[in-house]
This record gives sequence, structure tokens and C-alpha cells, in this order.
Amino acid sequence: MLDTQKDEGYTTADGRKIGGVAMEMRNITLRFGGVVAIKDISFDIRWGEIRAIIGPNGAGKSSMLNVISGSYHPQEGDVIYKGYKRPKMRPYQVARMGIARTFQNIALFEGMSVLDNIMTGRLHHMKANLFQQAMWWGKAEREETENRAQVEKIIDFLEIQHIRKTPVSRLPYGLKKRVELARALAAEPSILLLDEPMAGMNVEEKEDMSRFILDVNDEFGTTTVLIEHDMGVVMDLSDRVVVMDYGKKIGDGTPDEVRNNEEVIKAYLGVAHE
Amino acid sequence: MTTTAATSADLGDLCSIPALLARNAKQYGMQTAYREKEFGIWQAWTWAETQAEVRAMALGFLVLGMNRGDYVAIIGRNRPALYWAMVAAQSVGAIPVPLYQDAVAEEMAYVLDHCGARFVICGDQEQVDKVLEVQETVSCIEEIAYLDKRGMRKYDHSHMNWLDDVMREGRAAETRLGAELDKRCKELTLESTCVMLYTSGTTGKPKGVVLSNRNIIVTSKNSSEFDRLRPGDEILAYLPMAWVGDFIFAIGQAYWTGFCVNCPESAQTMLTDLREIGPTYYFAPPRIFETMLTTVMIRMEDASPIKRRMFHYFMEHARKTGPRMLDGKSVGLGERLKYALGNFFVYGPLKDTLGLRRIRVAYTAGEAIGPEIFDFYRSLGINLKQLYGQTEASVFITQQPDGEVRSDTVGVPSPGVEVRIAENGEVFYRSPGTFESYYKNAESTASTKDAEGWVATGDAGFFEEGSGHLRIIDRAKDVGKMADGGMFAPKYVENKLKFFPNILEAVVFGNNRDRCVAFINIDLGAVGSWAERNNIGYSSYQELAGLKSVLDQIQSHVEQVNESVAQDKMLSGCQIHRFLVLHKELDADDGEMTRTRKVRRRIVEEKFADLIDALYAGQDSIYTETEVTYEDGRKGKLKATLELRDAKVFGQSTARIAAE
Repeated sequence: MLDTQKDEGYTTADGRKIGGVAMEMRNITLRFGGVVAIKDISFDIRWGEIRAIIGPNGAGKSSMLNVISGSYHPQEGDVIYKGYKRPKMRPYQVARMGIARTFQNIALFEGMSVLDNIMTGRLHHMKANLFQQAMWWGKAEREETENRAQVEKIIDFLEIQHIRKTPVSRLPYGLKKRVELARALAAEPSILLLDEPMAGMNVEEKEDMSRFILDVNDEFGTTTVLIEHDMGVVMDLSDRVVVMDYGKKIGDGTPDEVRNNEEVIKAYLGVAHE
Repeated sequence: MTTTAATSADLGDLCSIPALLARNAKQYGMQTAYREKEFGIWQAWTWAETQAEVRAMALGFLVLGMNRGDYVAIIGRNRPALYWAMVAAQSVGAIPVPLYQDAVAEEMAYVLDHCGARFVICGDQEQVDKVLEVQETVSCIEEIAYLDKRGMRKYDHSHMNWLDDVMREGRAAETRLGAELDKRCKELTLESTCVMLYTSGTTGKPKGVVLSNRNIIVTSKNSSEFDRLRPGDEILAYLPMAWVGDFIFAIGQAYWTGFCVNCPESAQTMLTDLREIGPTYYFAPPRIFETMLTTVMIRMEDASPIKRRMFHYFMEHARKTGPRMLDGKSVGLGERLKYALGNFFVYGPLKDTLGLRRIRVAYTAGEAIGPEIFDFYRSLGINLKQLYGQTEASVFITQQPDGEVRSDTVGVPSPGVEVRIAENGEVFYRSPGTFESYYKNAESTASTKDAEGWVATGDAGFFEEGSGHLRIIDRAKDVGKMADGGMFAPKYVENKLKFFPNILEAVVFGNNRDRCVAFINIDLGAVGSWAERNNIGYSSYQELAGLKSVLDQIQSHVEQVNESVAQDKMLSGCQIHRFLVLHKELDADDGEMTRTRKVRRRIVEEKFADLIDALYAGQDSIYTETEVTYEDGRKGKLKATLELRDAKVFGQSTARIAAE
């Protein structure tokens, strides 16, 4: 175990208890050939908090999320998860360690029903072998029932009962996003990564989605990391915000601190030329 | 009137809902009382389990300090636990007041303040938020309980409880408070208040209708026996809990008869759940039947040609024989065989898809239902009937007995109900279900219910000669007189016109005149798609409405209506002699309609006075300018030259004109 900061966390304005450090990014640098996507960035994610990563287009937000989820391997720097340095892993191994995500461009199985899509999120909780699964026998049947019960709780929670049996391809965009969230939740993650959960939504859908993100955090205590463009949403939802620009970290703190940060204002509003 | 009104003697000690629950738990203990779909599975409770749950909740309410005579507001969608909350409140001597869950906070504030609710039981966070908002202005609310825990963790719980916790505390207090609860249950009599329901209040503030145990239980008994409801029947409870019908069906009749109440998973899954349950007893407003029929028709249009032809072929046969078979009239063997074949190929599968296969009794009420829609369901062999009622009567005033069902009447007086028609045509009734009073409103009570117990409905109607069925024609205040003394009932004719898909809205004039004329609004959707199919070009509503071929169609509709109105001796004077198709749609923004899309007759009459005069003057066309308000609030002028047409009239009226 490495020496992470041993502290008790903090309490938010609305009275939620935020725990110690869940994941720490240490001096991460990510290069694609000559292009430096992420340049020496460090920040931490604490248990139970909603942590946002914001920044203009091309700032490296999605790359950062991909580093967390194990899709990209940084050339320099370490990811410290639950107090241990995480070795180089494949994404499915990272998923098994309790990190689930949604994608910016929806990545659901279009031809399958909502229910089946969410069931795929339970994959890591199924241990029956191929033969048992094919025969619907013993362990396979038992597991399916248990997992279905879990999935139904999530369906109830996200209020998508009415589309349970509908093929995903027939759903409107806003609902697809909710199904993706449901699938990520079905994995019962310790850390939930949301890549632009509200992109392309109208105001009402955004409100619904925000409420669900808050409710998930409140109900299951899920640590959430999200990338989002809509500044209003980010500032209302998150406990702490990391601001990136051109692969560098230019701000980190509570929404209020970030809002008044000179660098951030410059990055977002541009600088007046003399 | 042949009535078998129940008296208190027949009821024995079954004089409250909790007493009925106790009987059911003993008599039908192991039968299913409630079902609710949750987590994708139908969860079920037997009568015995229901009694235990209600008892736990009632004890919990005692722990919270609920007193006799307290008002307990209940807000949420149809869920077993909320029904139990009503019965539990009754058990401790309190009075349940179910509210409309879609009411906004300020509407809720009025009602909560008016009844002085000390306790509020909410379905979920959304309702709790509204109640908390109300609490800023209304001081009477002391305790809130909620059913769905989601999102509630952060709230201040000093005067708030999860309903499960209330029940847990109740169970723990059984030995301490059990005797007190039994005592309070025993105190309930037929005279004690069963429930208080607020009328929706289309005019003025909502009024709290106080209904006693006698009202509810006797009405439930009579109506259950009327339709021979039995234990083992199934209903789907999906209409607002604050509506008197839901209280009678899902509590009154369910507890009296001992049948099962099914609650859908959510509002959006209602139709799927309907299909899964396959109720045997069903109520829906005309709108729902209409939507179902439209869906069927649209889907049939997309079906393969063979299926489509089979559907139309057998539906044609069903229209001829189905209703007659339902009414028990004699039908030839050949026709019966063909119907059986149709049932195998079309009617059965269709009813299955709609979830209406097992229906023994279905009712519709609230507004007029189109005869085609009504006959469609009847011809499938679904026993769809009409009833007429209101909150003040504990629903039932008249209903149609099996075998005497028609789309244009509302049936004969329900058992135990007396109905009389006043001089001006207004319908009055007196029944065991007649409400006790309006809460804190003696003045309204006195003006609605006279000393002998007769209640004015505000509707005008008459009993049909021969069949003895009541026909409702209009709101009493809208009914007028023709110049020759005949009855003028505009809504009656307008409804007939509106049953044509091409006609969206119609306004009939003729009060104190010698004949009637009408304004018509075409339905842009229906007429527009007809125009599209026939390659008729148009650029605006106004242009479409002025097309000769459209006017021809409307004229034929008007003449069909005239023909059917002429059948009616009392109303044959209301045939439409001349009509025009308006150049604009009647709109709430222009004040011509209310926000709920009801025509404001007087305003239309004033605004288009020139058009009415032209119709009566016999002109063939008229140029007119009308001020309109656009959606962004700007005003503009609409100019048009309208064609005024004569329509053929039938029967007496023609004779009279000829004689002139």
C-alpha cells in the first residue's frame, strides 16, 4: 500500500459526508505519437463525491476518463486506486474492479431489449459456465433470477418500467442515455464514469438526468465522475471540479472556487487583446 | 320505480369499511385482495394479509397521535399501501381525503387548508415537495408520511416518516394500543363519515363532499348486486384516487364483494398491465376507448392485405350480430356460426391484445361516447355499458341493465335511486348514496340538496317513452327554448356533429329563434390527410376550410345529423337549417374557448354576430374580418369570404316550413 493522504474527507454544504481518497491520479501524461493529450495532471477522487471534469473542446477530458477506465495507458504517471498503484490492465479487468462507465456516443446493443441491455451490465456477477447457461440449469437459473431482481430495482429506480421490453433502437435519445446509465449501475460500481451524460438533451431531459445522478449518489452512495459541457449543470451537480485546457490542469476545487479562477475565466471567455 | 333499496337492517354489523375488511379476512382470507406490479412482478396480498397490513398502519397512526375526526390527506398514484392508508385512517376514526396527485401546490394548499388536514400521506418525493411548499402558508399539517423512500434521505425527518417505519412502530405497539384500536373500530356506524372527496370545481373553489358509510356501503351493495359482481372479479385501479368512481370501485365495491384490486406499475405501463391482468370489471372514460380504437385501426392499416380483409369482413359481421347477441336477442344459427368463426380469427385475438377478453362488465361515463366507438366494443362481445352519476350521489344515478344497452341513453335509475325531471328539464335525484353535506359550506349544501333530500344535478334530460331510459341532453343552464316553444339543446346536436372525425368543433345557435344554424370547425388532421390522399392542394386552414369538396362533405355530415335529430320528437326542432365552416379554428388564445377546450358560447355569439345575422338573413356568402391573436401575442386581422349553405332538414320541421 502506498502512502495516500490519510484524511477523513469533508462534509458538503447540503450535509453529505464525503469519504477519503478513492482514486488518485499522479502526474499523468498521455501522448499519442507527438501529440500530448494530457500533460502532467494530478488530482484525486473521494468516496461518495460527484467529481466533474470540464474544459473546452479538445482539452483532453475524454482522454482523462479513458485513462481512469483503463482504455488508455498513460506513458507517465500512476493511477492509485483504493490505496494501491494500479498495474496496466485491460478495460474489462478495470470494470471488474468496480469502475463502470457510459459513453459520449451511446454504445448500447441496438437490437436488444432494454432489459437485456441492462442485464449485460451484470455480466461480472454471473459465474455459471457455458454448459450451464446453455441448458438453463442449476447455477445459471439461480444467477439469472438474482441478477434480474437487481436489474428490476434499477429499472424501478430510473423509472423505465414502461420500456422494459422495448428494443433500444426504437427509443428516443434521452431514454437511451438513461438506459446506458442503468446498465452502468447494474454493475454495482464503486466509481461511475459518465461521459457527457446530458449532451444533446433538452432542458427537461437534462433536469431528469440531473435528478437521477443526484439520486444515484444519494441512494447508493456511488462515487461519480462526469464530463459535461453544460456549465450550469456541472456547477449545480458536482462537489468538486477539475478544469482542463490543452491537456493541462488549470483549476481544481469547489464550483465556487473554480468559477472565480482567473485561468478558468480566460480559458472559457478568452482574453481581451490590448 | 321498482327499487330494492337496502336498509341498515340488511347490513348487520357491516357498517364501515374496516368492518367489511374484517369480514373479508375471515370469509375470503386466502383469496387475493390486492396486486401491484413492482420490480417487474405482480406482488399479491390476500385479504388476511391486507387486514394485517391495515392494522399495522392504523396502530402506527395511533402512535403518531391521530385522533377521531382528524382529516388525513392522501396524495399519490394508485398503490395498495395508499388504499390501506385510507382504511387505516377510517379504523382510528379519522377521515381520509384523497387528493388529485397532479394538482399544483396552490390548488393543494386550498384543499389542505379547507379540511384542516393534520396528516398527509404522500406517494413519493414529488408529492412531499409540494406539501412542504404548502406548509409555508398552511399551518394545520403536523405529520407527513411517505411511501417511496427514494430521494428522501436528506429531508428533515422531525415531522416526517417513512410509511414502513410507521407500520413497524405500529406492530410494536400492538399490545399497548390494540385494544384502543378495536374500540375505535367498533365506534364506527353507518352515520359516520366514510370519506371526503373534493369536486374538481369547474366553477369556483372545490367543494368537499362528505360521504357517510351509509352512502358508500349501500351504494356499493346495490350496484354490485345490479351487475352481479362476485369474489374473484378483477379490476385495474388506474383512475385518480381522488375521484369518487375510484373510491366506489376500488374500495366500496371491492370490499363489499371481496374482489381483487390491481394497481399498475406506473402510469405509462397502464395498457400493458391491463393486458397482463385481463380485468373482468372495467371502467374507462370515453377518451380511453377512443384511443384504443384509433390504435387498432391504424395498426390494421399497416397489416398485410389478407389480415386486413379478414378484419374488415368479420368486423362487418360483428357490427350486425354482436350487439344483438349481447342483448340476448334471437340470432340465426348461421349467423352464430359465422360469429364464432370471427371470434376465433379476429375478435378473440383482438380482445386479447387490448386486455379486454375476460370482461363481464365495462362502464364508460363522464361525457358522450361516439356511437361508432361504443358499437365497436359491443360488437366484439364486450359488455360495455353507460352510467350517469356524480360525486354527490356516490357515483350511481342511472345505469344500463344488461340487455338494454344503447349509446344514446344513460340507462334506468340505479337500485334505490329515485329520479325526477323538473319543469325546466333539470334532472333531480334522491338516493341512499346522496351526500351528507358540503364540508364547511352550509349555503351550497342547502342550494343543492332540498329538505326532502332531492339533489339538483345541473344537467337537463328526459325519460324516453317506452324504454324508461334517461337521456341527458345538456347542462341545464345551456338549454333554451325555440321560438315555437320546443326545447333547444345545442350541446346535444354539437356532440352528434363532433362524432364525425372531420368535425373538430361545432357551435349551434337558435335560442329564441325559429330555427337553428351552426358554425363548424373542420379537423385539420382528418380533413388534411383526406386532402393529401386525394391530391388536393391547400396552403392554410382557411383555404382548406373553404374548398367546395370539403363543404360538400360537411354538408352531408350535417344532413346525417339532422336525420338522426329528427328521430327525436322532443328535439327535432334543433335540426340545423343553415351552416358555415369558420375560416379560423376557435382558440383559447382568442378567448373563444376555455383552456380545457370548451366553447364559450356567448363570446363566439358576440364576436361573430355578423355571420349569425347573415345565416338567418339567408345570404349565400359574406365577407368578414376577424381579429386574431398569434402565439407570440401579436394581433392580426383575418379576412375571408365565407360560403353559407342550406342543409336538408327532415320530418316535422320540413312540414312546418312547407306550411308557411
